[in-house]
Amino acid sequence: MKDKTFICRCEDITQEEIEQAIDEGYTTLEELKCKLRLGMGPCQGRGCLTLARRILCQKTGKTTEDITIPPSRPPEIPVSLGTLASDEK
Amino acid sequence: MMRNERDRKQSRRCKADVVIIGGGVNGCSLAYQLAKRGKSVVLCERKYLCSGATGRCGAGIRQQWSTRENTELSIKSIKIFEKLEKELGQEIGLRQGGYLIIVHDKKEMIQAEKNVEMEKKLGLDVSILAPDEITNVVPILDIRGMNAIGSTFCPTDGHVDPFKTTHAYAKAAEKQGAKLYKFTNVEEIKTKNKRIDSVITNRGNIKTNIVVNSAGAWSKQVAEKLNITLPNKPFRKEILVTERVKPEFKAMVISFKDGIYFSQQDEGQILGGIPIPNEKPGYLTVPTFDFLHHMSKTLTRYAPTLKYVNVIRQWTGYYDVTPDARPILGEVEQIKGFIQCNGFSGHGFMLSPMVTKILTDYIADGKSSDILERLNLKRFKDKKIVHETSVVG
Repeated sequence: MKDKTFICRCEDITQEEIEQAIDEGYTTLEELKCKLRLGMGPCQGRGCLTLARRILCQKTGKTTEDITIPPSRPPEIPVSLGTLASDEK
Repeated sequence: MMRNERDRKQSRRCKADVVIIGGGVNGCSLAYQLAKRGKSVVLCERKYLCSGATGRCGAGIRQQWSTRENTELSIKSIKIFEKLEKELGQEIGLRQGGYLIIVHDKKEMIQAEKNVEMEKKLGLDVSILAPDEITNVVPILDIRGMNAIGSTFCPTDGHVDPFKTTHAYAKAAEKQGAKLYKFTNVEEIKTKNKRIDSVITNRGNIKTNIVVNSAGAWSKQVAEKLNITLPNKPFRKEILVTERVKPEFKAMVISFKDGIYFSQQDEGQILGGIPIPNEKPGYLTVPTFDFLHHMSKTLTRYAPTLKYVNVIRQWTGYYDVTPDARPILGEVEQIKGFIQCNGFSGHGFMLSPMVTKILTDYIADGKSSDILERLNLKRFKDKKIVHETSVVG
């Protein structure tokens, strides 16, 4: 099997796939998210988004400051539907 | 960088048959179809493709409605969706697992019977199910918890991936010669003798006689640049998604009474939304805890076994809502060449294939149709408008 570097471990996205998407013109993290499901798994991009940002910098010549991280969405950690449905305070 | 520089220079002094404002599914589909008919097309998107309602929607496609226009548009739309992968040469993620519309009381059943009769006349495969037949379609549902007395079911309704579809249209459009400019803001639209003359963007001017306003929740602001008042209002809508779980069901479950909709995606996550009571119009994007609570409570009432499943994300998007919950399509009376493709009221994605085909026929061949006439902006001048009542989310 060919060696692969996984960037987004929740959604199984490799460095190669990210580089290919950037070459196709998806040049922001938001677009990579839409294109590849990058950062859409249970960890919500905690692990992968900064790594993907680094790849974007290398490929496009931008600095990390030029590339915004997509907004983090609630809940902060996964919570069960049963807990959220509860009326207990 | 190189490509951006080149784009910038090209866009500085450019001419086009049609300028499309908005890079959602409708804008990109129009760009593709018009370019295929030999029109030179420029699409301006303020952010990135799918950044508005398209990329935030529930991804359902259905043919069950209360008005004939929506039923016709969506039956034809699904026929187009069925052949779209082949036409565009790319994946769009179509899955036809049906829509199950829960019916809760006699009044709803009378309306459901009326809808089904109208839909059948238009050739749709749709039926009314008894309570015990509902769980044959979606086994995890609790008939008592839902207070269901029956449902309607159409097996050819389903789900399409909005990102894949929009990107597929965009790529096919570019192949046909259309220019799609991301991060390009339309600042002004100029007219001459009540006719569109040019579009001024932050990256240059485009000479054109036709502008399509497919800017979703921002369509009203685009029209205001030409002193045209659209009756559309933006409504924040919320949605959540869970972790991936074992595939349990294929249908989208919806209820007009509770406003809930939910389905299981191919990858296994459960995705759905519900309106929060007393939501007011406006450009609000903050997700609320009220929604999380209300949605979880209703969803676990419908399907109690889901209570152990974790929610991983909630987000918001806009419905671009018109007074009758039906889209505004076609040319406005006041300005020649100013064409509306907005006001979808939460159904822009599922209606997009047919809506953009009708508009393409109009723009490319000057061919109008009965449905285009009936959905023109001018209908709001009449006192009597026909409401679409089959709305969720």
